[in-house]
Amino acid sequence: MELAEKDAVFNIFDMNLWYGDFQALHNLHFSIKKNEVTAIIGPSGCGKSTFIKTLNLMINMVPGVKMSGEIKYQDRNILQGSVDLVQLRKEIGMIFQKGNPFPQSIYNNVAYGPRIHGIKQKKKLDEIVEQSLKDVALWEEVKDRLDSNAMGLSGGQQQRLCIARAIATKPDVILMDEPTSALDPISTLKVEKLITKLKEDYTIVIVTHNMQQAARVSDKTAFFLNGEIVEFSDTDSLFSNPSDKRTEEYITGRFG
Amino acid sequence: MKDEQTITAVQQRLLKSRQGKAKKNEFTGRFIVTVAAIIMIVATISITIFLATKGLQSFLVSGVSPIEFLTSTDWNPTADENPSFGAFPFIFGTLAVTFLSALIAGPIGIGGAIFMSEIAPSWGKKVLQPVIELLVGIPSVVYGFIGLTVLVPFMRNTFSGAQTGFSLLSGVIVLSVMILPTITSIATDAMISLPSNLRQGSYALGATRWQTIKKVLIPAAIPSLLTAIVLGMARAFGEALAVQMVIGNVRAIPDSILEPAATLTTIITLNMGHTTYGSVENNTLWSMGLVLLILSFIFILIIRYLSSRRKL
Repeated sequence: MELAEKDAVFNIFDMNLWYGDFQALHNLHFSIKKNEVTAIIGPSGCGKSTFIKTLNLMINMVPGVKMSGEIKYQDRNILQGSVDLVQLRKEIGMIFQKGNPFPQSIYNNVAYGPRIHGIKQKKKLDEIVEQSLKDVALWEEVKDRLDSNAMGLSGGQQQRLCIARAIATKPDVILMDEPTSALDPISTLKVEKLITKLKEDYTIVIVTHNMQQAARVSDKTAFFLNGEIVEFSDTDSLFSNPSDKRTEEYITGRFG
Repeated sequence: MKDEQTITAVQQRLLKSRQGKAKKNEFTGRFIVTVAAIIMIVATISITIFLATKGLQSFLVSGVSPIEFLTSTDWNPTADENPSFGAFPFIFGTLAVTFLSALIAGPIGIGGAIFMSEIAPSWGKKVLQPVIELLVGIPSVVYGFIGLTVLVPFMRNTFSGAQTGFSLLSGVIVLSVMILPTITSIATDAMISLPSNLRQGSYALGATRWQTIKKVLIPAAIPSLLTAIVLGMARAFGEALAVQMVIGNVRAIPDSILEPAATLTTIITLNMGHTTYGSVENNTLWSMGLVLLILSFIFILIIRYLSSRRKL
């Protein structure tokens, strides 16, 4: 077993996952590096969404899930023992397929995370809300209607609001589970630009169906197939010079 | 050539006959559902018109002052001299039992709903669902009977303020149990139908279950939860039998919840048997019915308003 890489945020060793009797992930073994965008691609049902949900243990909400092996985050195996989920998820934010703002004001959406983690002063919250919304380039669009309901925003704005909501808790990592699959091309472009910008401050793991997207935004790419990692390498080399036949077939569109 | 012609002819005939049948079915189906709808509309309108004309007669024909009827606390319709028709104590009683029972059953029902949807979705539903269905199935006279046998003596022996045990509070408690299933089942539906991505969004930010329930799920479900309470209240204020058996049926506004009271429905059921049709007293009972109809109309408006505020 190779040594854990030093600048890695997650070190994954021999990780397996079962839904009941069905094994969805097999012997995963790779590292996710700090301040990089790691893309996970693969056909439907390959386990990529399952995998990303293990990183913040959202997978625990699914009944009947069993896991073995290691996911080391900050030198701790989060798959074993009692993990402080509140702290873990404060540090590892998540963005879902479809923007899921709470049916509350824009302000309260962004302030939700900081509030549950104990920030009460109005001034501090104001600052966080403004900064988070600026970080996702939404501030100019919504600054005059922070009190209006977030459900009134467009789909793309909702998704960016959710990203703002996630970064408001000052996480280290942001997980994105097909964040643009429900968005139009222009909104998609905005989110992709955002990902490139957020990389400076955060480590990003993105699951995507869209191979061009993976090629555009990511530094590393992992190709999943039937719950296994077929290939994991620099995005450029994976797309220009895949070492595995199956990767080549997938990225050239022969299946999936 | 000839064969081909026959075939097309047969095809056309088949096609036509099928079309004809479909058309006929179409018409029959449409006819049946239209008639059903018309019957419902006609029934509702006729009841409303009947109740309105009968209810207004005490004011238009018998000369009872509507202001006296709605505001006076003096009810003595059978007095030989100067009969009085103040129904305010009954309107007050109706509103009091309705709001107080909603105050008790609302939090319990919503609490049960949250338990079923968030805390123990599997066995919570298995246990609570049959309990709720059972509560719905018990006839109101049985509720009244239990109240009369258990609750009224209990009140009498426990509280020094309750002399007879028949009291507003007894009525409120019986009604609370009766409206609990309405509130719980509607509130449960409201909680369950919340999109699961709200829960995920909140948990993914590190929120605990209780924070998620309190700060995301309940606010999101609030219009539906209020609808549940209002529907419970609508059931409470229309209930007559069970309330009548435990509330004491006196003509005055109670000084405390431990004193007996009366509601519009209890006065109607108590008096409709011994008043003659067309008499002033009988007419005033109809007026009470009209007041109930107007109250229920107001409840419907509130529900409509709340439903329109639902965002999800």
